[in-house]
Amino acid sequence: MPRTVRDVVFVDGVRTPFGKAGPKGVYHETRADDLVVKAIRELLRRNPGLDPKKVDEVAIAATTQIGDQGLTIGRTAGILAGLPTSVPGYSIDRMCAGALTAVTTVAGSVAFGAYDVAVAGGVEHMGRHPMGEGVDPNPRFVSEKLVDESALFMGMTAENLHDRYPTITKRRADEYAVRSQEKAAKAYADGKIQADLVPVSVRRTTPEGGETGWGLVTADEPMRPGTTLEGLATLKTPFRVHGRVTAGNSAGLNDGATASLIASEDFARENGLPVKMRLVSYAFAGVEPEVMGYGPIPATEKALAQAGLSIGDIGLFEINEAFAVQVLAFLEHYGIADDDPRVNQYGGAIAFGHPLASSGVRLMTQLARQFEDQPEVRYGVTTMCVGFGMGATVVWENPHFEGDK
Amino acid sequence: MSTTAELLKGAAELFPDEVVTTAHVRHFDLPLGAGRFALITLDNGHDHKKPTTFGPQSLANLNTAIDQVEKEAADGEIVGVGITGKPFVFAVGADLKGVELLKRHEDAVAIGKGGHDVFKRLAHLAVPTFAYYNGAAMGGGVEVGLHCSYRTVSTAVPAFSLPEVFLGLVPGWGGCTLLPNLIGADKAVSVIIENSLNQNKQLKGAQVYELGIADAIFEGADFLEQSLAWTAAVLKGEIVVERPAVDRGEAWDEAVARGRFVADGKVHGAAPAAYRALDIIAAAKNGDLQQGYDAEDQALADLIMSGELRAGLYAFNLVQKRGKRPAGAPDKSLARPVTKVGVVGAGLMASQLALLFLRRLEVPVVLTDIDQERVDKGVGYVHAEIDKLLGKGRINQDKANRLKALVSGVLDKAEGFSDADFVIEAVFEEIGVKQQVFAEVEAVAPAHAILATNTSSLSVTEMASKLKHPERVVGFHFFNPVAVLPLLEIVRGERTDDAALATAFAVAKKLKKTAVLVKDAPAFVVNRILTRFMGEIQTVIDEGTPVDVAERAVEPLGLPMSPLVLLELVGPAIGLHVSETLNGAFPDRFTVSENLRSVVQAGKRGFYVYDSGKPELDPEVAALLRQGDTVLTEEQVRARVLDAVAQEIGLMLDEGVVAEAQDIDLCLITGAGWPFHLGGITPYLDREGVSERVNGKRFLEPGVASVPA
Repeated sequence: MPRTVRDVVFVDGVRTPFGKAGPKGVYHETRADDLVVKAIRELLRRNPGLDPKKVDEVAIAATTQIGDQGLTIGRTAGILAGLPTSVPGYSIDRMCAGALTAVTTVAGSVAFGAYDVAVAGGVEHMGRHPMGEGVDPNPRFVSEKLVDESALFMGMTAENLHDRYPTITKRRADEYAVRSQEKAAKAYADGKIQADLVPVSVRRTTPEGGETGWGLVTADEPMRPGTTLEGLATLKTPFRVHGRVTAGNSAGLNDGATASLIASEDFARENGLPVKMRLVSYAFAGVEPEVMGYGPIPATEKALAQAGLSIGDIGLFEINEAFAVQVLAFLEHYGIADDDPRVNQYGGAIAFGHPLASSGVRLMTQLARQFEDQPEVRYGVTTMCVGFGMGATVVWENPHFEGDK
Repeated sequence: MSTTAELLKGAAELFPDEVVTTAHVRHFDLPLGAGRFALITLDNGHDHKKPTTFGPQSLANLNTAIDQVEKEAADGEIVGVGITGKPFVFAVGADLKGVELLKRHEDAVAIGKGGHDVFKRLAHLAVPTFAYYNGAAMGGGVEVGLHCSYRTVSTAVPAFSLPEVFLGLVPGWGGCTLLPNLIGADKAVSVIIENSLNQNKQLKGAQVYELGIADAIFEGADFLEQSLAWTAAVLKGEIVVERPAVDRGEAWDEAVARGRFVADGKVHGAAPAAYRALDIIAAAKNGDLQQGYDAEDQALADLIMSGELRAGLYAFNLVQKRGKRPAGAPDKSLARPVTKVGVVGAGLMASQLALLFLRRLEVPVVLTDIDQERVDKGVGYVHAEIDKLLGKGRINQDKANRLKALVSGVLDKAEGFSDADFVIEAVFEEIGVKQQVFAEVEAVAPAHAILATNTSSLSVTEMASKLKHPERVVGFHFFNPVAVLPLLEIVRGERTDDAALATAFAVAKKLKKTAVLVKDAPAFVVNRILTRFMGEIQTVIDEGTPVDVAERAVEPLGLPMSPLVLLELVGPAIGLHVSETLNGAFPDRFTVSENLRSVVQAGKRGFYVYDSGKPELDPEVAALLRQGDTVLTEEQVRARVLDAVAQEIGLMLDEGVVAEAQDIDLCLITGAGWPFHLGGITPYLDREGVSERVNGKRFLEPGVASVPA
């Protein structure tokens, strides 16, 4: 039977505000699955043209698939969100690139013709599920020196990346972090972020985190507007004595969830759904696990090559700021300035937070807003590094592009 | 703050064991840039199994929270105030344990006034107020929301009611006054009177919205988020709430009249609560809220100090607590598993039992009878009932298939019962027949099988006496209609062992029945009392009192139906049979009515004809009656009947038929539908002085089902 690959589009994306993990965090008493459910419901509410019966799949990523992130959360969250039982779902895991992989996986199925439309997203409640919960690494990793012992500790891999790029100093990383906070604060002031947030009601029963009772979270908790270089300079480097990686120039430990609608372009148009971005290509690449932050570089090379594009064709970048050094390494590799205006216009994970498997869709949602505002841009990239030495990149086309088509 | 705080402090001292509800206040920014909001969360710190209630300290906590938001509202720091509950529960009203402790009218007034004083502050803040009914809401929980400017309700709310009239109170923290002013008198009467008197029927979230109690409804998954988004839209003027105008004309009076008709039909004037509530609803027509609140305070206090309310609370506790933990039941660890049930007989009663076992135990149930036709009819009945449940959507097709596959009928007891763990017989009420049946079952059933009898009046001990293993025989006496009446009298024969009894109680629990342990005494509890009661009525009729006088004599009790209507329901022939049995056991107290005998012999199924729409004595029955010339007044009849009942219960307790008077009351409430306001019957007999007059002492200590001394 002859097949035609179909164009795949990003219809819409939403997320919960991100919270700080831990007993004082806003989501300390909120279940991870409830965060996903609220995001999915908001997504469907925002797109009333989509008959929920037509959703072909719910793919939800989580790194630690235990407890309220286990039980095939894509399926359970679909039922809890009120989708018909006829809509299937599954779970997905590629650590930090979980939601990104959920998007590319359902996108592949849409292109193949298996789905018309799917929900793809991710969640990580790092307060309820700290990194490394329940892991059991095979002893051969160490005994056979398959990976360096630092590979499992993301902060150490970031220090290793500084070693690989000696010109990326702690000061450069701190300067980048300050800019991220400033850009994020400005994006909030300009109303660029709130429009894609779903407010979440949260309960607090112990007073250590603040007022008790039910509250409403409407903004990202980790934000630190007013962060200064001087302030960052005083922070400890917990991963290495006299190191460069601090809590200030990396993303924190966070709770949050995202959800997006991925559809064939024809389906979106027939059902009156918005087309915010068009998928061009995607690629994943592996690198040495002990320098996992290098991952976006080869992944992006692959994705660009597939698309027949060069880095110069990319007008907007959304790079996940797991660590400032990992963004700076990417920029240095491609000869892009640290403060290039095309890069992370709204700031990044250093300011908003990085609930591991949820972040990929945040990058896409923000890129989609930027596409809408900047019709002169044709192509954009969302890219992120992934634990155990991987990178993930998706190249998107701006459907609002008004250039020389 | 003054008087409210002092009032509540005084009330709190009377109730040191209150489970205290905290009123948390939390601030945040609403969506849409609507401004800063204060949300009050009512939470008693326990999970949903202990719902949030209002006692005096809880009200004081809410009062303090309102102090805070009142100031913030006045100072322009907040744009609105909301109130909601912990997960699954909004608030379920006043803490009744506190009510039981009250001894003085003025303390009861303080409870009513304390609630009013706190709640009505919500209506007078400088900013709009919003109630978010997120979960179960009853009584004072509903009322706190009625004082707010706006309300939303979750589709997930499983139970919403003003149940006060059911218990013997009025919705006295604004309910009687505010609800008719919000949704009109007719709907308010449905909620306050009709639902309460209809076995405390609960509303679901959707109905709360449809009735107009809530202004908006949202799904449970993000109820609070959507309620707050709606709040923001209301505050910004993007949503304007429009409520239909309340009809303050004749419709109001008609609604109150309808309420009185409903109340008369249910309690026949015997319990004051519904009438007091209707008086307040009637007066609320003029829209004067404070006048209504004052009337609520008085009504609440009067009722709290009434014997009917105390009896109602006693009855409520019996059903909720004692009914779930039967007095005298052996350790449940002794119970044996029941994985297959046999039913001897395939008549109507047997078929009903088969259906009940099937639905609740979901194990194979096998019916036997003396010929194939009867067996087929019994199985056919069960299948038809399953289809009815399917048709009503109570079960789905898979469940219907499963249940039908589990029920079967055979002629050969050996084939049917060889692997049954529990065999119940529902054959003809004749001791020889029953002994024969049990002998046949014992010959084929496994050694561990329980043999249960649904006899209503025969001796369980005698029935077991011819068996090799009489220790596994128990009485398992249901009440008709089996699917409706909760009571199950579990009868311990002289030789019944603990394992058999424990198994019987375990099965009863799975059947969701209220099990009461009774001794193997003639007619057990309910039938003995009812028969004595009816026997006195029939005797006075036989002696010459007109039927209508005899019937009216017991109307002030507010029983679910008159004695002769009940006899029709039971069937005159069965009534006659039971009275003959009891006459055989206690000939000095139980008579057999000759008039009843002739009615049965004439083949009449009842005493009344209903051609005019109302019961009228059937002329054919009237022609059969042979009466003497002793004509008693209603008062004389009532005294005689109540004396007889008090005497009989006293004797039953002396004989040890049940452990305590509480069990008698529990049986009458759950097996005969005797009303809460009588507390079954012993609180009423105590209150009216009958116990003292007949037995020289009360059945219950003062304070158990009455105002404490």
